[in-house]
Amino acid sequence: MELILEGIIKAIKLLFSLDREIMDITILSFKVSGIATLISVAIGVSTGTLIALNEFFGKRIVVSLVNTAMGLPPVVVGLFVTIFLWRNGPFGFLGILYTPYAIIVAQSVIATPIITGITIAAIQQIPKKLRLQILGLGASRMQMVWMLLKEARLSLLAAVMAGFGGVISEIGASIMVGGNIKGYTRVLTTATVMETGKGNFDTAIALSIILLLLAYFINLILTHIQQRGHSR
Amino acid sequence: MEKSDIPILRAKDVLIDRGELTILKVSELNINGGEALSIIGPNGAGKSTLLKVLSHLFKNFSGRLFFKGLEVGKDISPFEYRRKISMVFQEPLLFNTTVFENVATGLRFRRFNREEIRKIVYEHLERFGIAHLSMRSARSLSGGEAQRVSLARAFAVYPEIIFLDEPFSSLDKPTRDALIEDLERNIKDLKTTAIFATHDRDETLRLSHRVIVMDKGEIVQDGTPEEVMHYPCNEFVASFAGVETILSGIVEKNEGGVVTVSVADAHIHAIGDIAPNRKAIVCIKPEDIILYPVSERPQSSARNTFTGTITRIVPSGFYQKVYLNCGFPLVAYVTNNSAMTLGLSEGMEIKASFKATSVHVIGQ
Repeated sequence: MELILEGIIKAIKLLFSLDREIMDITILSFKVSGIATLISVAIGVSTGTLIALNEFFGKRIVVSLVNTAMGLPPVVVGLFVTIFLWRNGPFGFLGILYTPYAIIVAQSVIATPIITGITIAAIQQIPKKLRLQILGLGASRMQMVWMLLKEARLSLLAAVMAGFGGVISEIGASIMVGGNIKGYTRVLTTATVMETGKGNFDTAIALSIILLLLAYFINLILTHIQQRGHSR
Repeated sequence: MEKSDIPILRAKDVLIDRGELTILKVSELNINGGEALSIIGPNGAGKSTLLKVLSHLFKNFSGRLFFKGLEVGKDISPFEYRRKISMVFQEPLLFNTTVFENVATGLRFRRFNREEIRKIVYEHLERFGIAHLSMRSARSLSGGEAQRVSLARAFAVYPEIIFLDEPFSSLDKPTRDALIEDLERNIKDLKTTAIFATHDRDETLRLSHRVIVMDKGEIVQDGTPEEVMHYPCNEFVASFAGVETILSGIVEKNEGGVVTVSVADAHIHAIGDIAPNRKAIVCIKPEDIILYPVSERPQSSARNTFTGTITRIVPSGFYQKVYLNCGFPLVAYVTNNSAMTLGLSEGMEIKASFKATSVHVIGQ
């Protein structure tokens, strides 16, 4: 018990001292997971919309694959991204393994199915007749899709939160493709694991608190946008 | 009606079938500019499907559609055509935003500028009496208010044709009556061609110049509301037109325009021209039947007189609806005063008479 209490006190001190290294780790985490989420939103929302709005052979199989991929274990993603980016791998020529870019790639792979899956569900939830109504008011195909996305915005924001929450807290892929290199690819989760391993519980607790706060503030902002849209 | 004789909308050889089953088959339908057309028919008759084909929201059909003589898909694109029309469904199908934004939707699609949108939206909110709701969330409206928003939204784009798919059927009667009045006024004011599918007789009579009756995917009758109501072509239309007594029988005789139809053991005389031995449906409106005591002599001009027993009396406003068993069922309306004078009661014997001219026969 004492250990935890002491840890928390030290952690708060560390937080308020604005430790340079911890700040850098936090900023990197935010940047990497933020960019990965943005990439996933771009791919996931458009793919999800395409899948939801079109009828094609094997649609059920595709949707169930996406749903399964929503729970992709980060270590598996880490493994395959490592293989692909390995020097002799298909994308080895990019030379981005053990850089923040590799983490962005891996995290995008993790978050894209989550956002795709929720987008499919969100768009399919909208009554089919609403599509006819939108077309019946003279919308072009693009305008119709835009209206549907607007109608699904609450669920889509939930998708963004789920995607960001998934990648900011993931560790397996980050450590495998990033390598936890100090000052370069060390993010909040990998640093926490390392500090815990070294017995530096105070630093580990400080990192955890930052991680929780970061996740909380991002979700606070998104929830605010979501609920504002809802109550209007 | 427009000056030109080119119909605003023309459908030709429209066919939708699934194997053996014909879902829609319309060889020709012309609708003139400014016309208000009702499509009536039983459930599953193809009313909604026809509406979706005519509005080009349903594309999987064979056939041709012409807007002002231009073929949709050839001379004008389906998209251009959809920009000339608008659609209202049974459910209001509002977007999850304010009333104002809902009504503005079609205008935003057409890239009107902010000032124009404001002006047009408020004009249409006024038209449908909902200007005070403009900033409310569409989700917080009552059924009637929501349908007003849906109508205002559809009219705001100044459509040349407005399609309405049973727009009032989910509303209660007072709300529906108020809305019909507003719709009627706006169709007239804006001279919009209106085509609606409906289940409601009052709607049909009040709103339309022309009625088409659909059955099993085909148009079986096309005429003015009066024609359709007075000379219904089938059982559905007869009951839609308010005919309470619909009997099937066989034509026994046809003598110079007067046919005798045997129904159960009775013989009913009617004006019509159907060959003997053919099956026929006899339609009698309740208001055309006169009741009088058994002791009285029949009225000279009424060819049909039957004695029957009253099985049920149902009060309905100013009238009593009297169900008789004359060997066949018969339904008559009697004013409350007459019912009192006659001392009507269930189980009582009474005479019923009606003229041959008030019987409508449909050959089968």
